[in-house]
Amino acid sequence: MVTEFTPFASLFGGVLIGLAAVGLMLLRGRIMGATGVLAGVLLPASLQDWIWRVALLCGMVTGPWVYFAVTREMPVIDVPAGILMLMVGGLLVGVGVTLGSGCTSGHGVCGMARLSPRSFAATGTFMLTTGLTVYVLRHILGA
Amino acid sequence: MRSFLTFLVGAVFGTGIVFSGMANPAKVINFFDIAGTWEPSLAFVMGGALVTTFIGYRLVFRRAAPVFEPKFDLPSNRELDLRLIAGSGIFGVGWGIAGFCPGGALPALGTLDSRVIVFVAALITGILATRAVLEFSAAKKPA
Repeated sequence: MVTEFTPFASLFGGVLIGLAAVGLMLLRGRIMGATGVLAGVLLPASLQDWIWRVALLCGMVTGPWVYFAVTREMPVIDVPAGILMLMVGGLLVGVGVTLGSGCTSGHGVCGMARLSPRSFAATGTFMLTTGLTVYVLRHILGA
Repeated sequence: MRSFLTFLVGAVFGTGIVFSGMANPAKVINFFDIAGTWEPSLAFVMGGALVTTFIGYRLVFRRAAPVFEPKFDLPSNRELDLRLIAGSGIFGVGWGIAGFCPGGALPALGTLDSRVIVFVAALITGILATRAVLEFSAAKKPA
């Protein structure tokens, strides 16, 4: 399945992701990691802690609607995986990010920007296993 | 006011994710499909986010403390261990299967797309199950 090359939209989106990471550090002194935000909403450390994470999450889900307001189109969400594979994938992501203490935003953006050796190792590892998984699924199993 | 500013940071993150293409699994998987329909947009997302965060963090860390908290709350662990690498490896397998990472899926929840809801439900299950196992094994270990 071919997707359009969108260097400008992707760069613009990336800069916004970075600005949000900087904004959360400036306001709350925290790493902007989607895994950490979600885990803290599910298993809050304190009421105060829960409130800011919920506020952040509520802001995140407005993303598609901001996109709609700007472009007059809803964003394309094209999911090659079937429902069963989405469930298997989601479970593995949940297990992996909990054991690995972070995901693309926490390790890949915030941790690497802090030059954390753990985040470089984590990001290198998951980029490699994602690539291998896509290769096996598409070119060996032919999914 | 504090919660509103945190909400805005979340909205900037969610908007960035949607513009960048990270909420679209077909695009994410194509970035990793070097042997097939490779499409490099995600490198621009990572580049834009990393450069912005790297510069922004350095400006923020000139402050003694964040705006709303008494101190910065940063991960201090710098050890590479098996749990980090294994967890990140498992995360990558799930990301390759489903095409969603946590930061891509959470903003996409705003569309109420049923496939996003299925993925996030599985993600939450994986996070909670892993937390439960980690806490159980920590409790069993003599201190």
